[in-house]
This record gives sequence, structure tokens and C-alpha cells, in this order.
Amino acid sequence: MTLDDLLSQPGAWLAPGADTATVISSRVRLARNLRDSAFPGWAGEEECEKIWRRLQPILQGLPELAPAAVFGMADLEELERMILFERHLISGEQAHKGRGSGLVTAQDESISVMVNEEDHLRLQAMSPGLALQAIWQRMHALDHAIERQVPYAFSVKLGYLTACPTNVGTGLRASVMLHLPGLVLMNELNPVLKGLTKIGLAVRGLWGEGTEAAGNLFQISNQITLGDREENIIRHIEQIVLEVVEHERNARARLLERKDLVLRDHVGRAFGILTHAHLLSSKEALDLLSGLRLGIDLGIIKDLDRLTVDRLLLLTQPAHLQKREARSLKPKDRDRVRAQLVRTQLS
Amino acid sequence: MHCEVCQEHEATVHLTQIVDGHVRKINLCEACAAKSGLDMKGPLSITDILLGLGGAKPAEKPERERVCPRCHMRPSDFKKTGRLGCMDCYATFAAELAPMLQSMHHSSQHVGGIPAHEGARVQLTAEIAALQQALEKAVAAENFEEAARLRDRIAAGRRPPGAGPAQEPA
Repeated sequence: MTLDDLLSQPGAWLAPGADTATVISSRVRLARNLRDSAFPGWAGEEECEKIWRRLQPILQGLPELAPAAVFGMADLEELERMILFERHLISGEQAHKGRGSGLVTAQDESISVMVNEEDHLRLQAMSPGLALQAIWQRMHALDHAIERQVPYAFSVKLGYLTACPTNVGTGLRASVMLHLPGLVLMNELNPVLKGLTKIGLAVRGLWGEGTEAAGNLFQISNQITLGDREENIIRHIEQIVLEVVEHERNARARLLERKDLVLRDHVGRAFGILTHAHLLSSKEALDLLSGLRLGIDLGIIKDLDRLTVDRLLLLTQPAHLQKREARSLKPKDRDRVRAQLVRTQLS
Repeated sequence: MHCEVCQEHEATVHLTQIVDGHVRKINLCEACAAKSGLDMKGPLSITDILLGLGGAKPAEKPERERVCPRCHMRPSDFKKTGRLGCMDCYATFAAELAPMLQSMHHSSQHVGGIPAHEGARVQLTAEIAALQQALEKAVAAENFEEAARLRDRIAAGRRPPGAGPAQEPA
């Protein structure tokens, strides 16, 4: 399977059928390390190369990842690595790595393993909608399948040992991507975000650590990985997410009730600009697509479906745009091509 | 009255401390009081003063950095990158990591999943600990028959798998 084959599919977190009005997608990742090697950041390129050569065939042969696709970071152009990043298959850190680092993913992108990112193994599973429990089960099975062939770095006291102490213990990070335009427009988001931070959850932008929140999209994840069972961590996040979803639903109801005109203006402007603009920056596109998405969910816009908008969230990203055009584009040219793509897709 | 530290100069600083209901007094000259870092503001132990440790800063010894015996990472490397070098670093730098882990995770003990290959060993460790506790209780209760039985079970648990039964004592 090549990168072009990946591009012909919608992405693991963009599938039809799931209830994705507020929870766009769920993701679970496990950090694991080999017992007999230094962690990737300290091991050096030679050692990382050895580890990648050892792990790649093992991972490729696992039924849990079959049929698998393999991407060595050194074999990819920068643009291609950015595509994997925009599809949430690799992290920003791995996108800048070369020899000795790679990705083995199920061809449908729903479950994958990054090799030699910050840890030797980063297992991750994604699904549209709120489905943490289900993907945790898949992840658990993959974890077991790998550990049968590779002894993990583990201590009775500290659990799974990771390069960064923030991940030690379960090595588990569960996250959900939420679309919260109702809370933002009602000016009620800040207390919710503060509450989440207070109970030990992290809130980030769409592309994870260090990214700003655009398009009213937020990622919520656990920060604590030591001292609690995996099932409890997952259950806790699901419970909290359901509460946030309830807040968002109430905010949307109040928007319709009290600020109907403001809401219709917001949605109408988003639709108008998206269907008529000739230059669209990445951030502006995300923000406007968020307004359009809200309009579809509230029945204000009737001739479009949410999946069309969600696909655009991905296709308007810089690397996806350039790959589509089969050439490298300057930011200004990207804005032109982006606007053109959006106009065509929404007409 | 002479200073109790230098035994030379006149004592002008008189310190009284009550420890566990006992009153202790110490008399120092100004120079020795200053040397022991006595600033009268904070609590100070007489023992510390007599040992010359007062509130004064400890002498700056060039402490040699510890190095992870396996991957050769030093604490300064960890500080720079925020990442450890290998799994053994957790043991090497346990003292530095303990407070950090506690403040990050509000815990210092893993309670989640265990790799299958570790499972048997970890479970056995827990079982042996429980048997040892029972053994101590049996000995304390002078129940030697039970104690002997427990001792044999512990010995059996500690034998590597595949090893034959323990040799009968001659």
C-alpha cells in the first residue's frame, strides 16, 4: 500500500454512521519500550535502525494490524511525512525523524504503531465518535500480541517504563476530539475548560501538543498515567466527555432560543464565504467549516451533510492540498487552491 | 564564662532550647555564633551548632554527577531533555524522580496491567510475601508445625521453575 492509496480513503476518524455531532473522534495510545535497548532519543541512529529492522517484520505479521502498510520515515519526502501527521497517524515529533523510525499501520488506519518516536513503540487506535471502550479493547489485544514477541521494559513499582516520566505506569493516553461551537458562541467555554484542567485532564488543539485551538475543535485527554487502572482512566474520560457533550447540547439549545438571529448570521456568513472566497488560509477555513458544521447539525443548512465538511477539515490541510496538486505550494498559492477546493466540494 | 565551642573567648550568646521537655543551654562567643550561622530568627538545633552545621550553607563540595551505569545518562542530560536514557535510569535517578512522579501523578505505585511474561514472576513475589507474613505469625504463636509447612512452601516458590524438589536435609 502506498501513500496515494491512503489518500483515496477518508481517514480513520472520518467515517460515516457514527454520531459525531460533538465528539468527532476517539483515540487511545500506549507507550511501550523494549527492555534491552536505550530509549530512542538516547540510543543513537544505529541502534534505532536495528530496532526498526527488528520490530517492523514482527508488527507487519500481526493479525491485529493486518493487512498492514509500512512507512519508513527515511523513505518518505517531508510532504509525505506531513500527510501522515495530518491524518493523525504519526506525531509532529516523528514527522521530523529519519532513519530508524517508522510507522506500521492497518491499511484502514484505525490501528497503528509508531516505532522509535519518543518511545520504542507507540500503539494507537482511532475511531469516529465516542468509542474509547471499544478501541481500548482492540489496543489491549494488539499490546498482548506484541508483548508475546518482545519483552517490554517494566517495573513492578512504576509499571511500563517510558522515556518521559509523564507517561510512566500504564503508558496510556486516551483522548477525544470535540467540536464545541455552542459553548464558544455562548461564551461559556472557559469555565468548562478550567473545570477539565482542575480534574487533571489536558485540553489541546486539533493536532495535539502545542497546537492552538482552531475551528472550535478541542482535544481532551488524561494526564495522569500512574496509580490508576487502564479501565478506570478510560471510564473516567468517557464520563467527563458525556458531561461536556451535555453542556454543548444545552448551549446549542440556548443559542437557538435566545440568539437565533446571531446564530443564523454566523452560519450564513460561514457558508457564504466558503462558497465564494478565492483565498482561504488554513485557520480561516477551519473556523468557517466549524460554523458550517454547526449549521448542518442544527438543521439551518439542509443540502449538505456533516461528512462532507469533515472531509474538508482534512483535505484543506497544507500537506494534503500540496499532495493533491502534486507540487509544493507557497502559502499564498495554497490559500488559492484551498478556496478552489472548498468551492467545488460545497457547490 | 567561655564559649563552649572555641573555649577561648567570652560567651555572649546564650541559647536555650527545649527538646522533649528537657532544657538544653549553650553559650557561644560572637564569632562562633556567627560561624554557625546563628541568625536568631529561625529554629536551630544545639547539636547542629556544636557540630558546626548551624544554618550556615554546607561547604560546596564539587559533587561528582551520578551516571546511569547502563546508558551513561547524567542528571544534567535528563534536565536538558526531560527524557530518560533507558529503563535503568528509573532506578539510578530514583531519588530525583520520586517527588517529580508524585507531583505529576499523585501516586508512586503502578496498579494497572502487567505484561504476561512478567505476570507469573510478579504474582509469585506477592504470594511469597504473603506466605512470609503468615510464617512470622505462626512463629510468634509458637505454631512450629504450621511454620515448617509455610517455610517449605516459600522454599518451593523460590526455586527456579524446572528445578527438582528441595534436597532433604541429611
